[in-house]
Amino acid sequence: MAATATARSDTARDHRYRRDHGAWFLVLPALVPILVLSVGPLLYGIALSLTDAQSGRTQATTWTGTLNFRDLLHDTLFWDSFRIGLVWAFGVTVPQFVLALGLALLLNQNLRLRWLARALAIIPWAMPEVVVGIMWRLVYHPDAGVLNETIRDLGLGDGRDWLTGLATALPAVIVVGVWSGMPQTTVALLAGLQNTPQELHEAAALDGAGAWRRFRTVTWPALRPVALAITALQFIWNFNSFALVYVLTSGGPGGRTRLPMLFAYEEAFRYGQFGYAAAMGCVMVAVISVMLALYLVGRLRGGEPR
Amino acid sequence: MRTGRAGRAGQYLALLAYLVFLAFPFLWLVSTAFKPPGELASLHPTWIPRNPTLENFRQAFGEQPLLRAAANSLVIALAAALVAVVVATPMAYVTARHRTRLSKAVTGWVVVSQAFPFVLLIIPLFLILKNLQLVNTLTGLVLVYVVWSLPFALWMLTGYVRAVPAELEEAAAVDGAGRARILVSVTAPLLAPGIAATAMFAFITAWNEFFFALVLLKTPEKQTLPVVLTHFLGAEGVADLGPLAAAAFLATIPSLVIFAIIQKRITGGMLAGAVKH
Repeated sequence: MAATATARSDTARDHRYRRDHGAWFLVLPALVPILVLSVGPLLYGIALSLTDAQSGRTQATTWTGTLNFRDLLHDTLFWDSFRIGLVWAFGVTVPQFVLALGLALLLNQNLRLRWLARALAIIPWAMPEVVVGIMWRLVYHPDAGVLNETIRDLGLGDGRDWLTGLATALPAVIVVGVWSGMPQTTVALLAGLQNTPQELHEAAALDGAGAWRRFRTVTWPALRPVALAITALQFIWNFNSFALVYVLTSGGPGGRTRLPMLFAYEEAFRYGQFGYAAAMGCVMVAVISVMLALYLVGRLRGGEPR
Repeated sequence: MRTGRAGRAGQYLALLAYLVFLAFPFLWLVSTAFKPPGELASLHPTWIPRNPTLENFRQAFGEQPLLRAAANSLVIALAAALVAVVVATPMAYVTARHRTRLSKAVTGWVVVSQAFPFVLLIIPLFLILKNLQLVNTLTGLVLVYVVWSLPFALWMLTGYVRAVPAELEEAAAVDGAGRARILVSVTAPLLAPGIAATAMFAFITAWNEFFFALVLLKTPEKQTLPVVLTHFLGAEGVADLGPLAAAAFLATIPSLVIFAIIQKRITGGMLAGAVKH
């Protein structure tokens, strides 16, 4: 569509406009801050990972080459946190996708409570992450929390201290992660569903295809590009997340919920190890780049038009 | 669509379960915010406060500098939203109207920027802002937030510009209007609602942001609402639950109101981006 629009506006006037540098004038106000405060720092960060930069250091910072990365290789605490980060990112993204798909399919039906679901979906989406964390701490609170109270009411025991239990902390924060990102995924999938041609559904139903078959042969192929995009984004957002878990557990108990971001934050701003923390950031970028590449390959293979 | 009665009932049951899952943490937060200390401390907390009170709100303002924090958040979010939109709109216009290498680069950058781990950005940003004497200033944080919200702002705005038919601009050009005149009197009015939605989105992003604020703002007088909220949690995670809930509830209201207004536009913009780009 955009291509035809360009062709149509390909007038002499347009050519003159393109040559008269007006476009650059319009682009610069955004381009300068992007380069100075985003691309620049990213390159600076990569450079820092090759130095022994520390906060409040009196001697000059020196290049240390790959020393930080070699140290990282042997840093079991970092790899623990990396593993926790992957468990968390998968643990949140997968159930979130399944639940959001279910909800999107429901909302795509003619049900009475649709408006309420849409209204409620705003809450997790719009809330500051810090407030989401605080809110769930109130839910999980051992004495005054609604979860343990419900467990007591149902006669299932006394409940427990969810966020400080070694075994329960990570699952407990994963539930919060699923809750807080569900609306975005649901809305994206719902839009994907509404793009599937209804006639195909009806034709398939007339041919006697059951619900599962219709989903597999009609709904899913149309939904695939959106599903892939939102899942890749959610995985990346989750892997990089900080505020939620910082407020819920601060990485505890005993580092069981210490996501890579929390680890790098502590390393940089509690212990002042800027170079080392930057190296951690580089490793995280590498992992995410692989995810992004997989997503792009999947998108190309999906044969999406543009 | 043919669905049996049992299937229908199952669908409603599932929907109800989703609604409870979405709503109950928030209802609990609100309920906790209005509970008197006695009901909070009791071993059997009530769902709905028996003696609702505003005491927690009064206490919350006494314990932490909430008003100042809210003022800081408001100033930062307004400035960030304004600058982001002023800077992004012209670029979005060019990107939408001219499919050049530049516009492809912008689209690529929007995708890549979603994947930045902030930790790799924050250390250099911290050092740069420190050199500029902008650490622990509202200005420094505004700069960071502008760049932070730019990718999505560009994404949304590009979609809105595409929705304005180029034919209208061409018709005005044929009538003899100059480029500036066309932009101001033809394009801008049609684009205004989209620009407003984008600004509100940038506002919420800045209002809610925590990580950059935590790192860049050192003194309590400068800190934003999300950072000050974490002070309620205390050192060992021991918290005064009532005031904590009250303050958290208050901090959410602006985002919820604005988001309710622009929800349709954001989802529209987001999806246009996710599907078409």
